[in-house]
Amino acid sequence: MTTPPLAGLSRRSLLKASATTVAASAAAYTQAATVKGVPSWLPFDHNGPLHYQDQQPQFFSAEQLREVEAIVERLIPGDELSVSGKEAGCAVFIDRQLAGQYGTYERLYQHGPFIAGVEPKSDHVPRERYRLGLEELEKHCQQSYQKHFSELPDAQRDEVLQALEGGKIEFAGIESQVFFEQVLQNTMEGFFADPVYGGNRDMVSWKMLGFPGARYDYRPYIARHNQKLELIPLSIIGSSAWSRKA
Amino acid sequence: MTTQAKKLPGTDVVVVGLGWAGSIVAKELADAGLRVIGFERGAWRDTASDFNIASAADELRYVQRQELMLRTRQNTCTLRNNVTQTALPMRTWGSFHPGNGTGGAGNHWAGITFRFQPDEFHLKSHLEDRYGKQALEGLSVQDWGTTWEEMEPFYDAFERVAGISGKAGNIGGTLIEGGNPFEGPRRRDYPNPPTQQTFAPTLFAEAARNLGYKPFPVPSALASQGYTNSYGVTMGPCTFCGFCTNYGCANYSKASAIVNVLPALIRMPNFTAKTHCEVLEVRKDSSGKRATGIVYVDANGQTWEQPAEIVVVAAFTFENVRLMLLSGIGEPYDPVSNTGTTGRNYAYQTANNVQLFFDEGKNFNPFIGGGAIGMGIDEFNNDNFDHSGLGFVGGGSTRVTPIGAAPIASRPVPPGTPRWGSQWKKTTAQYYSASMSIGCEASNYSSRTNYLSLDPTYKDPHGRPLLRITFDFTENDLRMAQYVTGKTAEIARALNPSLVVESPRKAPWNNTSYQSSHVVGGFVMGADPATSSVNKHLQVWDVPNLFVVGASAFPQNPGYNPTGTVGALAFKAAHAIRTLYLKRPGEMISV
Ligand SMILES: Cc1cc2nc3c(=O)[nH]c(=O)nc-3n(C[C@H](O)[C@H](O)[C@H](O)COP(=O)(O)OP(=O)(O)OC[C@H]3O[C@@H](n4cnc5c(N)ncnc54)[C@H](O)[C@@H]3O)c2cc1C
Ligand code: SF4
Repeated sequence: MTTPPLAGLSRRSLLKASATTVAASAAAYTQAATVKGVPSWLPFDHNGPLHYQDQQPQFFSAEQLREVEAIVERLIPGDELSVSGKEAGCAVFIDRQLAGQYGTYERLYQHGPFIAGVEPKSDHVPRERYRLGLEELEKHCQQSYQKHFSELPDAQRDEVLQALEGGKIEFAGIESQVFFEQVLQNTMEGFFADPVYGGNRDMVSWKMLGFPGARYDYRPYIARHNQKLELIPLSIIGSSAWSRKA
Repeated sequence: MTTQAKKLPGTDVVVVGLGWAGSIVAKELADAGLRVIGFERGAWRDTASDFNIASAADELRYVQRQELMLRTRQNTCTLRNNVTQTALPMRTWGSFHPGNGTGGAGNHWAGITFRFQPDEFHLKSHLEDRYGKQALEGLSVQDWGTTWEEMEPFYDAFERVAGISGKAGNIGGTLIEGGNPFEGPRRRDYPNPPTQQTFAPTLFAEAARNLGYKPFPVPSALASQGYTNSYGVTMGPCTFCGFCTNYGCANYSKASAIVNVLPALIRMPNFTAKTHCEVLEVRKDSSGKRATGIVYVDANGQTWEQPAEIVVVAAFTFENVRLMLLSGIGEPYDPVSNTGTTGRNYAYQTANNVQLFFDEGKNFNPFIGGGAIGMGIDEFNNDNFDHSGLGFVGGGSTRVTPIGAAPIASRPVPPGTPRWGSQWKKTTAQYYSASMSIGCEASNYSSRTNYLSLDPTYKDPHGRPLLRITFDFTENDLRMAQYVTGKTAEIARALNPSLVVESPRKAPWNNTSYQSSHVVGGFVMGADPATSSVNKHLQVWDVPNLFVVGASAFPQNPGYNPTGTVGALAFKAAHAIRTLYLKRPGEMISV
């Protein structure tokens, strides 16, 4: 059992609170404001990373999640260096990203004309890319192997992924390479991002690289040139070292 | 305007944009007792609430999702390489990362703070004298209409406000060992000593020294120690956290308008900031020779007119030029007839890179660092070397600046490595701490065909044209890139890496990966109204009460980062308004 590190609010509950205030204060915050004198502010006003405590899929269906897990498991296979992308939570990460503002490219310029064949390659937002791409992948695997992608043995899954990467499989409605690049990018994001977003469980990728994560002060270490520092990584969520034993 | 703008009571000064340039001008003019209103299209940002140490170290949010950057939905640019193409919009930022909110791009900048060299301000004359007129063929390089002597006090003022850490190379003409021997004579040393260095820049400096070069600590806006600036605002020492470029600093260590200027300015009774208020236009009277104020739209879509005696536009290169085009200030540049000045001489930076991989014996701890921690040399920058017979002019600042190595973006592997699978993982883990890179941030000389204009197709949310960039690297700059990258690679080889990968900048320019946010020109300063938009006081030709401040005033870009000069120009403009313009308001300053 661990207890919160300090009396009062734990870091985790602060973040939880801020995830809800993000939505609430974002609306209030985009009002025009006249600032004079000392501006008023509250700590953790609107700066928490938006994340989910809920373990349920936020965007994918159970089938979609299973197929995405089968992809990320091959993009980042489990081996002596780390667990697989699936076990690291990359599919969960992607699910949550798609559920949020990123999934609809809400912040991006979306006016046409979109000129086919030139940049940008696709006018689909990430949610549509996954929806269409997964549908087409299912069709392709059923036609070629009479199986779901997730039922294929490792070597065959790798072959399909290589063919997607090289644009050798024709998809309808979306270029297969656009789909592949989207999944590859998000898988790597999930594997290497802070665990607060659902991937990089237990900071597996950071431990593999020797990246100390969200630490913020290297003054004691900067002069230690060419030495292995063996620093235990730290996530935005906090560190077990901060919790006193009960 | 579709809706009728409601007219507000007048003020002395309106400043458009509260980044580095706008905040400095606003502070200096408020100090002179003028009533100043600053307009900012983004939010009010504050270190304590926006860049909290508990959540600042978040790569996904700040780098991949571009949290601090201007949302392209709000405003973006279109790009093409030449006039025969149709420009397409930048839907995500790639090549550069414009800012939004108070502090502007200066919140998420890297902090490398150079002064330009004395010859830069009369570059055309200097290069023609040394190499003949033909050396500049095809280029539209020109003089700035000012001099090093006129600039120096304002560089000094900016360094004191921003608390720059560095080592002088030339004080009053005396060269100082360990500093940059190529810098212009400065009146005094930097306000703070250089920061500590990590392993990679230290190695680089050693190799460079052995080759006969003179390495120096990169002048840095990351404070090496606690510092209280000339406005009485305090910075904390940099902790080398490595979440610096593209992030806000949680330690008050990276200089920015929100750390170094606005805390003092906002407490002044004669200053008001209006945030989430986007300026749409500078209004002129019927004569066209006087700006009457600005029109802005607030977050509810209501438009307002704010009359003012003096209008200062400091909205970053792109929006400076777009606002001038939309407001009909100056004649739009036409590359065919080579007439007009608004949009003319747009330039960029020619960014080159050399990557080193080591199979044995090196552990760089690349996560330790910051945007402007590093060592550099200037032997191959600008005109510091003889260009006779080389077939190009210009050069670059060669340096190692470990900015941090958050691993979504920072996972260098040798070319040819698979992008996924077990082999990918093995190679990634092997080189994460065993590689370093040497950058060469090189000059970009303007040409007749690189310019800014309004896009004929794509519109912003208010239905107004986006800014269109027509740009590609010139033959001159491509040859220069080859040369300086080759020189950089020689230093790299002296370090005996297992592999050296040279990446000189190649054409065509595109938006796929980050190069730099050093976009300059388009509303340039000079002595001749036929080829410039503002005089040496940043005062718009023929509209004497309008000043346009920022890197938009650079006639071309040397091999240095721009902000030291942007800051100096902001002080210069404010000084001219205070000491010269106010004596004869409404007239062009003639000294
Ligand atoms: C990732 C990155 C790294 C960088 N590193 C370096 C470096 O190491 N060294 C260096 O010298 N430079 C660097 N720069 C460049 C530096 O950030 C800029 O030169 C500097 O911020 C320019 O200051 P400015 O005040 O002109 O513009 P900005 O800082 O962009 O401020 C302009 C302000 O105007 C506001 N604005 C724009 N349009 C409107 C409008 N219509 N109405 C109201 N408000 C408006 C914007 O929101 C913004 O806040 C870097 C930039 C980036 C993005
Ligand atoms: S490296 Fe230094 S200046 Fe940059 S964000 Fe970290 S503490 Fe701040």
